[in-house]
Amino acid sequence: MQLTNYPWKFIWRFLLQKLLHLFLLLVAVSVVTFVLVSLSPVDPVDAYIGSDVMRVGAEQRALIAQRWGLDQPMITRFFLWLGQLLQGNLGTSITYNQRVSEVISDRFGSSLALMAIAWLLSGIFGVILGILAGAKEGSLLDRIIRLYAYTLASAPTFWIALLLLTLFSVQLQVTPICCAAPPGVLLQDVTFWQRLQHLVLPALALSLMGVANIALHTREKLIEILHSNYALFAYAQGETITGVIWHHGLRNIALPAITLQFASLSELFGGSILAEKVFDYPGLGNATTQAALRSDVPLLVGIVFFSALFVFTGNLMADLAYQVIDPRIRIGKPAS
Amino acid sequence: MKLPTVLPTLQNFRRKSPLTLGNRRGRTLAIAIISILILGILLFSTLIIGSSGLEIALPERNLPPSLSHPFGTDWLGRDMLTRTLHGLSLSLWVGLLTASISAVIGLMVGTLSATFGGKVDAFIIWIIDVFFSLPHLVLIILVAFAAGGGTQGLIISITLTHWFNLARLLRAEVLGIKSSEYIQLSSKLGHSPVWIAQHHILPHLVPQFIVGLVLLFPHAILHEAGLTFLGLGLSPETPAIGIILSESMRYLSVGYWWLGVLPGIALLMAVQTFDILGASLRTLLDPKTSQE
Repeated sequence: MQLTNYPWKFIWRFLLQKLLHLFLLLVAVSVVTFVLVSLSPVDPVDAYIGSDVMRVGAEQRALIAQRWGLDQPMITRFFLWLGQLLQGNLGTSITYNQRVSEVISDRFGSSLALMAIAWLLSGIFGVILGILAGAKEGSLLDRIIRLYAYTLASAPTFWIALLLLTLFSVQLQVTPICCAAPPGVLLQDVTFWQRLQHLVLPALALSLMGVANIALHTREKLIEILHSNYALFAYAQGETITGVIWHHGLRNIALPAITLQFASLSELFGGSILAEKVFDYPGLGNATTQAALRSDVPLLVGIVFFSALFVFTGNLMADLAYQVIDPRIRIGKPAS
Repeated sequence: MKLPTVLPTLQNFRRKSPLTLGNRRGRTLAIAIISILILGILLFSTLIIGSSGLEIALPERNLPPSLSHPFGTDWLGRDMLTRTLHGLSLSLWVGLLTASISAVIGLMVGTLSATFGGKVDAFIIWIIDVFFSLPHLVLIILVAFAAGGGTQGLIISITLTHWFNLARLLRAEVLGIKSSEYIQLSSKLGHSPVWIAQHHILPHLVPQFIVGLVLLFPHAILHEAGLTFLGLGLSPETPAIGIILSESMRYLSVGYWWLGVLPGIALLMAVQTFDILGASLRTLLDPKTSQE
């Protein structure tokens, strides 16, 4: 990519557009979330008091409600809440007794490692399997890979995770059965090797889910390329099938593969909720389940916002990746 | 150099052996009918087998799979095959209910969006975009929470979060049909928009709707099982498949693998049957492929 005469003006405009888009999106998400949470029959005061319900009288309850502005009409409450949100105050989580922003940043750290490994593994294996199947279209290998992909596509993530746990942790006993660190070890004493050991199975379970989609798409795309005129011309010049895939296939496969892979961040996030439950991994996914189970509204809302931001980032990265891979799509280039 | 097989091949012109059973259309139809039969049996299996095998039999507890108990027994001596069938049947019913309502919502929203256009269309597209910007499972959890959780929350949530794709698909379809010449001709001939919608547009949507509906079942069922597995869906007393799988977690470390593995395989096969049914229906209903 020639950076010297690159139209930076257009890049800034593009980023500004995206920021505006993000802002509108977050406003929309906040409205939808607020309406949904207000509809919930869960009483926030009850959820806050928890097990102390016998020790709190009606007067105190009314005080709490007043202190929180629960006696105000819905529109007023929305703007009060929005005001706090704009100041960066997401509230305090009842479950973890910590600020929501801290809970999310702590937990996302563990989840990020998990999701990043799963994301890379599923991308790499998906493309490799897709190329193998596409290059040998109709062969036994192709059939096996397709059967595998179709089976995985309809298998529940948490069940795959359960299977892996049964096989590797219980029967073969090569991986730990739960959590992110061995029991009884302080967080600062956990070695890198131990962390990796606890990470490998959840990451594998999560990546198996993503493989199917990307493998099937890569296969379709490669078959399309191999049937194209430029591939035929390359064969006529004496190129082998490996050569065609290497010189013509990979670049053309890369674009849809990368788009799909970034778009899959949404599913990855959802999958991590289920996988973390199975492995009892202390990440953001488990926090989501706990927040919903214990009616921890501030945390749940915080996670909803964070997940919207996460998915948005994925889509933005896909847009930016185009710029690098495909010279035909460039920001600011007049559409001809 | 070995010539690659991708050159226009003569294989496509291979003669059919006279022994093949019927043509492709017949085979697809047979596959669809068999799928419907299997799913029908699963749906009504609880009526046939009743609750025998569900009673607690402590002497027979924790048995691995055998001839008398193909799926083994659990920690109370209940037959796992019977429990799995009950769970699958419940999950399929919940899936059928939620996916059907969701598909009808998708049909209505999609057609409304395309017929009215303008601000209505923009608003609906915006709503769909907002919902798509959240991870699906997070959205399901949020709506289930807002609807009060439990069985009611689960049904409302799955229903309200599965119509986006179908609505988008049908909207594009209606827009395509609306711009075609025979619609304009019909309009010039003096037919009212309602008459046109009834006679020219809706018949085209039926195949899309049916295939979309069938392909929605697996999603609804898997999300139902997932949400129940997390503890946010059906209550622990119900014999749902998500409950069975989440209970099996407790006995995993003791080595009772059959509690989780076999019910999961049953769920996977039920879901795949829906996928196969959807794919066969698509082939049969699409005029481009129905004659192959």
